[in-house]
Amino acid sequence: MIGRRTILAGGAGLLLAGCDRIIEQPTARKILFAGEDMQKGLQRALTNRGALAPEYRRDQMSPYFRTNGTRNPGTPQYAALLANRFEDWRLNVGGLVGKPLSLSLRQIGEFPARRQITRHDCVEGWSAIGEWMGPMLGSILKAAAISGRARYVVFTCADLYGGQPYYESLDLIDAFHPQTILAWGMNGRMLDVGHGAPLRLRVERQLGYKHAKYLMRIDAVASLTNIGLGKGGYWEDHVDYDWYAGI
Amino acid sequence: MEAPTPQEPQRPRSPSVIRRHGVVTRVWHWVNAVAVLILLGSGLGISNAHSRLYWGRYGANFDPAWASLPHFPGWITIPARYNLAISRRWHLFFALVLGFGLLAYMVGGLLTRHFQRDLRIRGRELRPTALWADFRRHLAFRFHDEHDPRRYNLFQKLSYVLVLFVALPLAILTGIALSPGMNAAWPWVLEILGGRQSARSIHFITASALALFTIVHLVLVILAGAGNEMRSMITGRWRIPE
Repeated sequence: MIGRRTILAGGAGLLLAGCDRIIEQPTARKILFAGEDMQKGLQRALTNRGALAPEYRRDQMSPYFRTNGTRNPGTPQYAALLANRFEDWRLNVGGLVGKPLSLSLRQIGEFPARRQITRHDCVEGWSAIGEWMGPMLGSILKAAAISGRARYVVFTCADLYGGQPYYESLDLIDAFHPQTILAWGMNGRMLDVGHGAPLRLRVERQLGYKHAKYLMRIDAVASLTNIGLGKGGYWEDHVDYDWYAGI
Repeated sequence: MEAPTPQEPQRPRSPSVIRRHGVVTRVWHWVNAVAVLILLGSGLGISNAHSRLYWGRYGANFDPAWASLPHFPGWITIPARYNLAISRRWHLFFALVLGFGLLAYMVGGLLTRHFQRDLRIRGRELRPTALWADFRRHLAFRFHDEHDPRRYNLFQKLSYVLVLFVALPLAILTGIALSPGMNAAWPWVLEILGGRQSARSIHFITASALALFTIVHLVLVILAGAGNEMRSMITGRWRIPE
C-alpha cells in the first residue's frame, strides 16, 4: 500500500522530470514541435484568414510603451544613419520581384499610410497598446512586382544578434494582410530608436518577436531553407520559437 | 450443477466488486491527467518569463500589476531549466490534447448518459442540511453511500461539475484569448473576458483552481484507498468498501 501511495504522489513529479528526457528523443521532439503546424492549420482552416486584429481607441493606449529586444543597434553603420537622420538609409526590396526597389524614407512616406491603434503582445506575456502609422507591406510588394513564385517575405534588420543581422519572415497570407504595415510613425511621432527607427514591421496577428525592427532589406523568396538555419527567423533558428507566432 | 464449495457461504460477506467507471471516463481521465500535469508544469515555466499579472487590455512592466508571482522552481516547471520556447511547445501541444479531449468526453458523456445519470445534482441535495451531512461524512472518511455505493457523493459531484463545465472550459477559453491570431478571428472572446491581460490573469487563477482540485483529488483518492480507486479508473472494477 505504501508503494502504491508513493507511486501516486510521486507520479506527478516523475512525469514532469520525464518530460525533459522525452524531448531529447528526436521523434518525440518532432511530434511535440508538430503542435505548431496543428495550431496554425486549425487557425487557418477554422477562422477567417483576413480577419482584422482588434483596434483600440486613443484613450485605451498604454501610457508608456516599453521597449524590448534591441534598444539601439549600436553599430557604426547604424550610428552613421542615425546621425544623418536616416537621409542615407534605404529599404532594399529584392529577391523574387520583377522590379527591385531601393526606397528612401521620404519615398516610403509617399505610399498611402494606414494608422492603427493595436496591441503588441510579447511572447513573454506582457501587452502594450500603441498607435502605428505606415504603408501596407502589400503595397510595397506590389510596387516591387512580387513574383508568383514567391511564398515568403524575409526581413533583414540593422541590429545584430550573435554578430548576424536579425531576420524574420512571413508567408504571403500575413504579408498581404491589410494591418501588416511598415511603420515609420508611432504614437503620433516619428518612430524612435528604441522602437525600431526608421522603419519596423507590424504584423498584428502575431507575437512581438515577428515584428522586425530597424528594417534594411525585404526579400521575396520561394523557400526558407537557405535563410539563416532554415527555420525563417533568428529566434526560430536559435531557441526553438514557433515560426507561426499567431498563438 | 456443481456441488457447493465450502467457501461459498462466506461470499456475500466478502467485499463485492462492481463496475464503477465506463471506458469513456477511464480513457479521458488518463489522457486528461497527463495533459493537465504537463500544462500546469509548462504553464509555470511560461509564467517565469513575465511573472506580473494585470487587469485590462494591456499590461507591462510600467503598468500597475495586481499580482507579482514568485519565480517557480525547476522541480515544478517543464522544462526544469528555464526555456520559454520549449515550455510553449509543451503547452501549445497539450492544449490541443486538453481541448479536443474534453470535447470528445463531453460528447461521449452525453451519449452514454454518464453526465445525466451520475453528475446530475438535484435541488434538495444542495439544502444546508444535506451539505452539512455530506461534510460530516467526509470528516469521518466515509465517501460512498452504503445504500447506493456506485453513486458519487455530493461534494464529488459538485467538484466534478465545476471542473468539467466551468474550470476546464474557462482555462481553454482564456487560453484562446491569449492568441493574437484568435483575437482577430474571435474578438468576442476578448470582449467577454475584459481584454488580453484580464484573460491572462483569469487563465492563471483557473489553472491554480485546477491545481488545487488535482491535489485535493489525489489526497481523497489516497484516503479512500489508493489501490482500489486506481484500479477502478484503470480496469473499471471497484471494490465496495466495508
